[in-house]
Amino acid sequence: MLTYTIRRLILAIPTLLFIGLVIFLLLDLAPGDPMAQMPLSIPPEVREQMREALGMNEPVWVRFYLWLYQFFVVEPQVIFDAIFGTGFAEDKLRILSWQFRSPVMDIIAQRVPQTLWVVGLAYVVGVVIAVPIGIVSAVRQYSIFDNIGTFVSMVGFSVPTFFTGVLLIVIFSVQLGWFPSIYDTTLVVTGWDSFLAQLRQMVMPVFVLALYNAAQISRFMRASMLDNMDQDYVRTARAKGMDERVVVLRHVLRNSMIPVITVIALGVPQVFGGAIITEQVFKVNGLGQLLITAIQANDLPMVQTLTFMFAVLIVLFNLIADVLYGVLDPRIRYD
Amino acid sequence: MTDRLDAEPARGADHGTESLHMVPAGAVPGGMAAEGGSRIVTRSQWWDVWDQFRRHRGAMIGAAFLIFITLFVIFGPWIWRVDPGALDIRNKDWRPVYFLLWNGEAKAGFAHPLGTDNLGRDTLANLIQGGRVSMAVGWAAMLLSLILGTAIGVLAGYFRALDGLLMRFTDLVLALPILPLLLVMMLLFREPLRGAFGPEAGIFILIVTVIGITSWMQAARIVRGDVLALKEREFVLASRSIGTPAHRMIGRHILPNVMSPIMVSATLGLANAIITESALSFLGLGFPSDFPTWGKLLFDSVDRMADYPERVIWPGLAISLTVLSVNYIGDGLRDALDPRIRGQ
Repeated sequence: MLTYTIRRLILAIPTLLFIGLVIFLLLDLAPGDPMAQMPLSIPPEVREQMREALGMNEPVWVRFYLWLYQFFVVEPQVIFDAIFGTGFAEDKLRILSWQFRSPVMDIIAQRVPQTLWVVGLAYVVGVVIAVPIGIVSAVRQYSIFDNIGTFVSMVGFSVPTFFTGVLLIVIFSVQLGWFPSIYDTTLVVTGWDSFLAQLRQMVMPVFVLALYNAAQISRFMRASMLDNMDQDYVRTARAKGMDERVVVLRHVLRNSMIPVITVIALGVPQVFGGAIITEQVFKVNGLGQLLITAIQANDLPMVQTLTFMFAVLIVLFNLIADVLYGVLDPRIRYD
Repeated sequence: MTDRLDAEPARGADHGTESLHMVPAGAVPGGMAAEGGSRIVTRSQWWDVWDQFRRHRGAMIGAAFLIFITLFVIFGPWIWRVDPGALDIRNKDWRPVYFLLWNGEAKAGFAHPLGTDNLGRDTLANLIQGGRVSMAVGWAAMLLSLILGTAIGVLAGYFRALDGLLMRFTDLVLALPILPLLLVMMLLFREPLRGAFGPEAGIFILIVTVIGITSWMQAARIVRGDVLALKEREFVLASRSIGTPAHRMIGRHILPNVMSPIMVSATLGLANAIITESALSFLGLGFPSDFPTWGKLLFDSVDRMADYPERVIWPGLAISLTVLSVNYIGDGLRDALDPRIRGQ
């Protein structure tokens, strides 16, 4: 298992390098220019010198290498410095956003909490709802509960989040006025009142994302439970005279959770990607919204870094899912 | 359940050509044997699939709705002859006609059954026009991704030399963050394609290509797995031993036998393409502003949804119901094409 994990980790490096290169080359074609914001009165030869100083005339591979160096060496050093108060990253050039004129990572660090709060909570809520629904649906297959459950999960899975979000805003904030339609990130929780306000503004985005995630996971949960329900070991357990409760919760559930847990792990990076739309609907200024504004403002370093971070998340959680699969199911042997 | 599986091993694993023409007498499913008596019933397996599909109520309702909405957007402009782009500033901000039911003074009427927008454009005509674009994008992108996925899957499964390379490539593409890259690609290639093919055709080609080349991976993986299993079967061996060349082998024996996973991926692909196009339009990176699609109509109406919620709800409903019905069709197809379930 350990060797497998190490092998996968080593394999992840060329994968990530390749993805980074694809993103870099794609963005290299983009019309964006860091000199676009400079005054027009700068004479052309000075402009050319400035481009030279920025290293824009270097070949692609030099620029790619320098970006990699900044991402993998300078930025971690900055984090290290921030934690331990050392001075490794002093005088080193960090990845700068063209739009904000400050290091990309600082802005990302400001945005991460919002995304984590809303998206992370939504994912947890989704999983917590989905698993019991999947179990009951499978145990009482074709019952009324199952029919309603599968219908709701089909709807949640089909209706795009930008429509559920907008619909919720129309109903609950326009018509009923229960929840604010815009997520206020300047709100600081200091006491009971501000805590309630925070809770109220989180309800709708969390609900939209949770519904979508729960729909997908409950479908997997139900299918996985049904696959296990007519296995021989379940019949054996029943034949031994075990309580139906024990059969379902001890025997079937444990085995059914194996594929579901890997699906849950695989879904984590997709949540960050899918949250772009929900964040846009509710004006949560998280990572997704940062990406959209960066794309619209032609802020290529920001787009590059964010996209690459999403790629890192995907590769990482793919690895986690595979390793988890091996850990949870002793029948799977990778070595 | 078990005896049925034993009775039809030949039909069970490969749903394909050789059973397509002639069903061997021993493999006739129970219901048909009773009805046919001692006569050998010739019947293509697609009738069995259809019988099973018909029993899935959600899938039938979904299919009916999909046919309805397709006909609606195809023939709509001949029935509802209002130009979707025509501005009529005097008759702007009409409400849908059903508002008259509870509010006699509402600005509504049968001249514009679903109302008009803030520039006086007819909502119904826009919905029809938007539907045409959304459905066209959906079908075209789905076909492109299916062709890519099937080609890569068959090549990887059939030719061992290509397998490692193509599947590593598929894994790499699967690890790409798709939505951000879609947005980036839309931004990059918008201007050049616009210049080459005009604003509408250019963006259409761009959206279809971009969705197609980012959604073929699942189909490729499933098709490859099926082809790998098929390659070991006797009829392929027999066919190879009489010297069938690879291209005919693939066309005659492999492709017809992987039709069912391809069809299921097709439904998923259609749903995915419609949603992705709407999402791009919703994020403001889709078609130009005077060119309606369902996602675009929704996006344009969000700013005024407090006053005119119906403008958001109708396009949203159109997207959601279409995707829902396509997903139900996919569910029904999956059940109907699964020989373990079929005939139960």
